[in-house]
Amino acid sequence: MPEALEFEKPLLELENRIAELRASSDPLAARDEIASLEERLRRLQQRTYASLTPWQRTQLARHPKRPHTLDLFRLLLEDFVELHGDRLYGDDKAIVGGLGRFEGQSVVAIGHQKGRDTRENLARNFGMPHPEGYRKALRLMKLAEKFAKPVFTFIDTPGAYPGLGAEERGQAEAIARNLREMAGLRTPVVAVVTGEGGSGGALAIGVADRVLMLEYAIYSVISPEGCAAILWGDAAKAPEAAELLRLTAPDLQGLGVIDGIVPEPVGGAHRNWEETAAALRQALRDHLWELKGKTSDQLVQDRYEKFRKIGVFEETT
Amino acid sequence: MVAWFWKRDKDAKERPRKVVIAEGLWIKCDSCKEIVYRAEVERAGRVCPKCRYPFRISARERLALLIDEGSLEERDAGLVSQDPLGFKDTKRYRDRLKSAKEKTGLEEAVISGLARIGAFPVVVCVFEFEFMGGSMASVVGEKIARAIELAGVKRVPLIILSASGGARMQEGILSLMQMAKTAAALQRLGEERLPYISILTDPTTGGVTASVAMLGDVILAEPRALIGFAGPRVISETIRQPLPEGFQRSEFLLEHGQLDLVVERRDLKETLRRLLAFFADRPPLPVP
Ligand SMILES: [Zn+2]
Repeated sequence: MPEALEFEKPLLELENRIAELRASSDPLAARDEIASLEERLRRLQQRTYASLTPWQRTQLARHPKRPHTLDLFRLLLEDFVELHGDRLYGDDKAIVGGLGRFEGQSVVAIGHQKGRDTRENLARNFGMPHPEGYRKALRLMKLAEKFAKPVFTFIDTPGAYPGLGAEERGQAEAIARNLREMAGLRTPVVAVVTGEGGSGGALAIGVADRVLMLEYAIYSVISPEGCAAILWGDAAKAPEAAELLRLTAPDLQGLGVIDGIVPEPVGGAHRNWEETAAALRQALRDHLWELKGKTSDQLVQDRYEKFRKIGVFEETT
Repeated sequence: MVAWFWKRDKDAKERPRKVVIAEGLWIKCDSCKEIVYRAEVERAGRVCPKCRYPFRISARERLALLIDEGSLEERDAGLVSQDPLGFKDTKRYRDRLKSAKEKTGLEEAVISGLARIGAFPVVVCVFEFEFMGGSMASVVGEKIARAIELAGVKRVPLIILSASGGARMQEGILSLMQMAKTAAALQRLGEERLPYISILTDPTTGGVTASVAMLGDVILAEPRALIGFAGPRVISETIRQPLPEGFQRSEFLLEHGQLDLVVERRDLKETLRRLLAFFADRPPLPVP
């Protein structure tokens, strides 16, 4: 994947020219040109990001420089200690989790973890978990429940890994169990789709009291490529499939599936990690505050009703 | 990455092991390719007398084989799908629904209701694979959630027979969320200490496996049923090698500790009677 997306290139060119003029021997002489370029840049940014297609959003959600789970943990949590393993089989590096402090409150934080380069991506399996990843996540959630600490989950995966070992060790069972156990978890859970929310592999850590999405994140029953392969036998038609699937944050809010959208900086989360983390911090603080006022009975009841009512159908006689 | 859907027209034509009823007295088994006597197949509950392969059967046929005659009190048959995404690919979703209804005579991909098995009252749900690959979208999720809640209200065991390609693409994220909805309802049923027996039939894959199907207190499967999270084609494309013989079949899952029991079709009702007797803590009534 290239470092700059196709639709980012005209913006980056303008930015580079402005930077060059600023660095030139006589920046004062170029003052007017800089000002006019900056105005053009501002207008172009506005136009580009006000009308992103679902496919462009998908590309932003998968941007190689986007902050990943451990980056966000580092920016949001103090005294983070990573915990490993499912105590059954192994430690899946496609899901990370541990203990930390958020705004003075102890929390358990869990998330899918993608790699930054090829070597790390191989170790992280591109953020595609095996059953042991989901079992580690559940183990940490149960730990949170036992000690009455809230849980944050950050969702960023192409999907659960489709492989021999994953099937042998019960991928479906691991996901199903997480869905059921999260539904009954007697402690607050806030899930945030930070990048790619890929089907059951995403939902397996996503049954929460609040489900939020970063502005350009996506969340879908199937990847655009998978959908295109099934519909037209051609994964290259993914951009068309992305339109059909309604996978953007505003789409999901419209369908009643998510509870809020966390704004991203101009150009997307990868352009400014600190600003992204600051907006996320605000959202997590607000939602956690609301949830902390509820008893655990109320939490479980409200969470049940939240998922129970999702769906669109007609009742005839 | 994860395709849960096997609904391309090409696949439908290539779908293996669908019983081919030839005109007349003989049919060919699509598993062992033997020509077998039709009446013998029917008598055995649509099982090949040569290789014992259980043919795929409709939800109605399955109910007829399992529940006490005339005991079904169907629920929520009037729930029908909308088209919340306005989904149109090579065909409109509404048209796909229409042909599925014509093909199966059902409104949706699951039948649910109250019934009796060996005189034990139960709530039962049966997937119809011929209805858009038994896929789960809003209506299927809602019917199953209501059935689970009904089992809670009536305080009777729940039995779900799965046959599904997974979550239905045409309702997008709403289909995915039915996994959470049904799993949450099962969580509550478990809190109520009411038993859930899950029966997996050929094929059970994708989002249905990764929600209701694998959450049974007891999980049974018919012989040689394809059961898995990812479909075999997606897996072999991902790992770029052919899959081992018997991979993702019932016997493979049993071997790997994922199932309680593989039960032949002719023994299924008796097995259920015994399980229901266990949960009811009383002996089953004698078979009439
Ligand atoms: Zn045969």
